[in-house]
Amino acid sequence: MIEVGEYKIKEGLYYTKEHEWVQVLEDGTVLVGITDYAQKELGDLAYVELPEVGKVVEKGDVLCEVESVKAVSEVYAPVSGEVIEVNEELADSPEKINEDPYEAWIAKIKPKNLEEELKELMDAKAYAEYLKTL
Amino acid sequence: MFRQAKWDEPLIFELSRPGRVGYTLPKPIEDIKVDIPEKLRRKSKLELPELSEPEIVKHYTRLSEMNYGVDSGIYPLGSCTMKYNPKINEEIATHPKVAYIHPYQDERTVQGALAIMWELEQWLKEITGMDRFTLQPAAGANGEFTGVMIIRAYHLDNGEPQRNEMLVPDSAHGTNPASAAMAGFKVIEIPSNENGTIDLEALENAVSERTAGLMLTNPNTLGIFEDEIVEIAKIIHKAGGLLYYDGANLNGILGKIRPGDMGFDIVHLNLHKTFSTPHGGGGPGAGPVGVKEFLKDYLPVPLVSYDEKSGRYYLDYNVPKSIGKVKELYGNFAVLVRALTYLKIMGRDGLREVSEIAVLNANYLTQKLKGTRGYSLPGKELRKHEVVFSAEPMKKETGVKALDVAKRLLDFGMHAPTIYFPLIVHEALMIEPTETVSKEELDAYVEALKRISEEAYTNPEIVKSAPHNTAVKRVDDVLAAKKPIVTWRMYKELKEKGEVDY
Repeated sequence: MIEVGEYKIKEGLYYTKEHEWVQVLEDGTVLVGITDYAQKELGDLAYVELPEVGKVVEKGDVLCEVESVKAVSEVYAPVSGEVIEVNEELADSPEKINEDPYEAWIAKIKPKNLEEELKELMDAKAYAEYLKTL
Repeated sequence: MFRQAKWDEPLIFELSRPGRVGYTLPKPIEDIKVDIPEKLRRKSKLELPELSEPEIVKHYTRLSEMNYGVDSGIYPLGSCTMKYNPKINEEIATHPKVAYIHPYQDERTVQGALAIMWELEQWLKEITGMDRFTLQPAAGANGEFTGVMIIRAYHLDNGEPQRNEMLVPDSAHGTNPASAAMAGFKVIEIPSNENGTIDLEALENAVSERTAGLMLTNPNTLGIFEDEIVEIAKIIHKAGGLLYYDGANLNGILGKIRPGDMGFDIVHLNLHKTFSTPHGGGGPGAGPVGVKEFLKDYLPVPLVSYDEKSGRYYLDYNVPKSIGKVKELYGNFAVLVRALTYLKIMGRDGLREVSEIAVLNANYLTQKLKGTRGYSLPGKELRKHEVVFSAEPMKKETGVKALDVAKRLLDFGMHAPTIYFPLIVHEALMIEPTETVSKEELDAYVEALKRISEEAYTNPEIVKSAPHNTAVKRVDDVLAAKKPIVTWRMYKELKEKGEVDY
């Protein structure tokens, strides 16, 4: 873990400027979640609107919404592809994202252009530098 | 030291005792023949609480003692304009000649009511620089929806159905993108620059032949006047879009400058903000929508018109391209009466003074609070009627958040500001004192915020666990959002099942 102030950044993941993380699995699919910075900014989550399995997204499209006491926030797809699984656990327990944002993934995506799109994402170090500028 | 009353007050239904009454009715006429069909007859007893008059008065007085409103003290909710509601408004609105009329009465018998609406429209036209108003929308968001539906109808009518993008700045009220989406538009967010105003370059890049319009609040939610508004209007109009004015912050410019003169084509006003009618729980509201001449044929029906020949007011359904109705009947009439009362009493000079003092109050507070440890002031220093401070430094240094500051303010007998809005400011504290508070109240508010800052750096626990002096302590708002219990019956059922432990 890299730490910037109170925010933790997990190494080995890819990051977006909108504070989503991407974990590439061995079978070539990816897990998507929101970062520690995102969950701390949102505060206690009250609701996660999970995307539908089968939903096809382009990078940058709205993947789903998360809702905290403070605000409703959109989660953007960090890569293009098809949603093949969602973390059902979050429907009843959105607080899992607050407890461990890098464990509580939101959706599993079968990417269609991963290699290219990963180049546009930040690694943990670059994301840490980015957080320092906010 | 402020201590709010705390009564262990049951529901009025729980106070009910069979047979107890606060009135006497004449004996029912036994031999009257009324032919009510069996299926329309009530089978179960009508469940009304049975109490005496003093019991009822005590019950509601106790409840009111656990409440806080604009009659209790300062209520500086940013972008809400929670100003004092003059009592004369109530007197006029509840006057029998105003209150005891029916919406389906013949026009000829309610000429006075129609005159009130017509005259109110003339005032609003003059104040905003628009040409025609509907008084129908029941609140600000209802007005926004009306406005964007008019934009939609206008483009469709011009044979430009491709105009489906509504531009909204990132400092906008959340209702703007919501209303636009409700009307079927795709929402495009325009970023703000470091001054806290619209980034013109980003705006230039965002407009196209798909642009339907721009929804703008001026002064914006940071309390900053969009001083490039003339340029903004040019960009939008050149692209073929319409400019929409969100009237939430009209209190900052009232009597000084008019949206119509800035280039806006449509405005909505919030009578419950700028024009002193009850707001929030005291509602209902009213969100009249005004348009320039070229859009008046799209307004909802009916409008109120005046026929000079016969000297009569009438409900005008002759609006050829009307988007239809956005609320039943003619709007919240009693609210319109209150607004006109306020306008007539204030007069032109009085209304100008409203914005002058509202702006003075906000800037006085800003200058007094500025530099206090833990609060920073993003954007320009000079504000209109409201100011946004950030508690970000306090959060970083002590762990005390804007939410905690807001809760702690309640302990001093003062209402919290709007928090966590606008979204572009972290840990936002959005303060709008309005013209209806005194210098002493402003001083006390700044003192309270300074004291909370001191506490945050010396004894943060007292802030984090606030409020301590109110009837209700810190509420679990996450649980409330996740598991809402919205009726007493629900609560009782869950309690019996052991699913709630409070």
